[in-house]
Amino acid sequence: MNRSLLVWVIVVVALTTTGCQRESADATVVKFWGMGNEGEMVRTLIPEFERTHPGIRITVQQIPWTAAHEKLLTAFAGESTPDIAQLGNTWLPEFTTLGALEPLDERVHLSATIQREDYFDGVLRTNVIDSVLYGIPWYVDTRLLYYRRDLLQKAGFPEPPATWDEMLRLCETMKRQAASDGMQRYPMFLPTNEWVPAILLGMQAGGEFLVDRNTRANFSGPRFRRAMELLASFYRKDYSPIGQSLITNMYDSFSDGLITMYITGPWNIGEFTRRVPAHLSEAWMTAPVPSLDTVRPGISLPLGTSLVLFRQSKQKDAAWQFMEFLASREQSIAFHRITGNLPPRKSAWEDSSLRRNPHIQAFHKQLLRLEPLPQVPEWEQIVIKLQAYVEFVASNAMSVEEATRRLDRDVDRMLEKRRWLLEQGGTR
Amino acid sequence: MRPAPGHRRSQTAAAWLFLAPALTAIGIFFVIPVLGALVLSFTDFDIYALADLGMVRFVGMENYLRILDTPLFWTALKNTFYFVLVGGPLSVAVSLGTALMLNSKLARFKTLFRTIYFLPVVTSLVAVAVVWRYLYHPADGLLNHLLSWFGIGMIDWLGDPTYAMPAIILMAVWKNFGYNMLIFIAGLQNIPDDLYEAAHLDGAGWWRQFVDITLPMLAPTTVFVVMITVIGYFQLFAEPYVMTQGGPLYATTSVVLLMYEQGFRWWNMGHAAAIAFILFAIILIFTLAQIALQRRTGQ
Repeated sequence: MNRSLLVWVIVVVALTTTGCQRESADATVVKFWGMGNEGEMVRTLIPEFERTHPGIRITVQQIPWTAAHEKLLTAFAGESTPDIAQLGNTWLPEFTTLGALEPLDERVHLSATIQREDYFDGVLRTNVIDSVLYGIPWYVDTRLLYYRRDLLQKAGFPEPPATWDEMLRLCETMKRQAASDGMQRYPMFLPTNEWVPAILLGMQAGGEFLVDRNTRANFSGPRFRRAMELLASFYRKDYSPIGQSLITNMYDSFSDGLITMYITGPWNIGEFTRRVPAHLSEAWMTAPVPSLDTVRPGISLPLGTSLVLFRQSKQKDAAWQFMEFLASREQSIAFHRITGNLPPRKSAWEDSSLRRNPHIQAFHKQLLRLEPLPQVPEWEQIVIKLQAYVEFVASNAMSVEEATRRLDRDVDRMLEKRRWLLEQGGTR
Repeated sequence: MRPAPGHRRSQTAAAWLFLAPALTAIGIFFVIPVLGALVLSFTDFDIYALADLGMVRFVGMENYLRILDTPLFWTALKNTFYFVLVGGPLSVAVSLGTALMLNSKLARFKTLFRTIYFLPVVTSLVAVAVVWRYLYHPADGLLNHLLSWFGIGMIDWLGDPTYAMPAIILMAVWKNFGYNMLIFIAGLQNIPDDLYEAAHLDGAGWWRQFVDITLPMLAPTTVFVVMITVIGYFQLFAEPYVMTQGGPLYATTSVVLLMYEQGFRWWNMGHAAAIAFILFAIILIFTLAQIALQRRTGQ
């Protein structure tokens, strides 16, 4: 009795699974790996693509950002990479070194929808490695200042700070006023689990992070040290909270006025719009990051993600069609509408949905002043190490001098193989 | 009567035949990978090598020397010892305590409690971590709320380097003690009742019975439990990985977490393999020491 039941189950399962296979055999299946929120939201664009491209079916696998790097490397080692993926553009050098990515120059050249000139220069450059194009920017991410207009005004600052000196003066004033009102307030929020503030300030200070053809660390140089001292002063003077546990919900803390300024990326426009209570919807605004020199705005980072095609893919043409679709002007605007992410194409910025949004204007200004990051495969490892030392400095467990010296030592070790390869006359 | 030599030989052959599947599996999935890792630990296998095997260099003992020269490794080792030396005894004591309570004649609803105490062991760690993160929340967490009744101020359990490891230990002990508890209960049930009866007649109190009967009779179980616990606790990984990612200020970075980061986050496989063998050596020394200690006290 039991056994015959089992046999039936096996037969039914076998029939249904082979049935599924036969059904999908007609269409080319393209595997796409999306990260975090984008991995979820991209699904809403797919029906339109599948309607206009009946021979192609897209399957999306969503991967959390925290596991994405491991997962992609493991997939490469196990020869199970998807056809296309969304890749943080600072990871491109690493995956290019692995030879995991397909060069795209030829395809872009022949493409009717993708024109190189239409992309913000600073952003496109992060996708070019040794003058070969390996990724198509999907959305851009640069960091901006989000601030509480009402609270800054109350403190006597009608305009957001344009320089870091102004920023420090503002913080001091706010801290003093809060103290006399008996309130707890952090004028600024510079999270210690992010490497962006340190690198951003370092770039503005003109610090070269790596020297000697990117084979030696230079964090202990005077310029980067100056940037770290500036960053450290925010924690030492209690302008910014240390650690994450106090600010469990950044949006609540921002609405309560516990923090009044925050340097973060474009994805937060959508989040702020949704999560900040309605009576404060006019109270917050965005501005380009403060500057260390006389040029405004200050330098910011060309971050964001790119769409990449994997060399191991067996349906590159179908996959490329989907990349073209996602990168098209129309879809980048549609993607902006559902995620708040910023399109990397200049022509998309002429769309009314971007032009009418007051919070987005500052990003446009900022996108015109970006500087590239060093393109070495070890970059991710370097900045995670930097982030750890920032935490030590922030919590006063280490001086800036010691932290940068140790960081140089650690990074020099990471780059040992790179030095050896260059001595051998090997790759980049 | 001795069996004929031929008979004996065929018996041995049969034994090998029956062992073959298990041995094959162990060989393929254990022995070969371990030997591979050993070879790997003498190379600088990294992402460049992943791209092109020609870029692997044999570096001899350099990985090992470099690890011993890395302050972060010693931090991780210190954290791991902290976890083993505080968490290990605590875990054994808690499991012994609950086993004694559940084995007591006064206990009611034994099966129910046994199930409750065992439940954390079979619960997914990720789910447990989410709940414990709420318990540990500095402002709204239950733990700080309870402590505030005693006038103890806000403690940032997972954000303060002083308290992060105790917080991890507390959670790990809670999560794991049920397993050892079951083994202790089995051990306790094997102690013949007449020993206690005789002691009772001789006028021995609860404490004397515990020290002179329970503990000695439980010695083999205890040795087993301690050894398994120590070996397991040295490999601390999942708790800090999901709760703190090794932070704050590396206060919960364990040796295995360090190895994982080196190996699977940065793909420095040679380096990671060397860390694994250093940890293996440490665990081996500890286990041998324990066996030696047990032999000496046992005689």
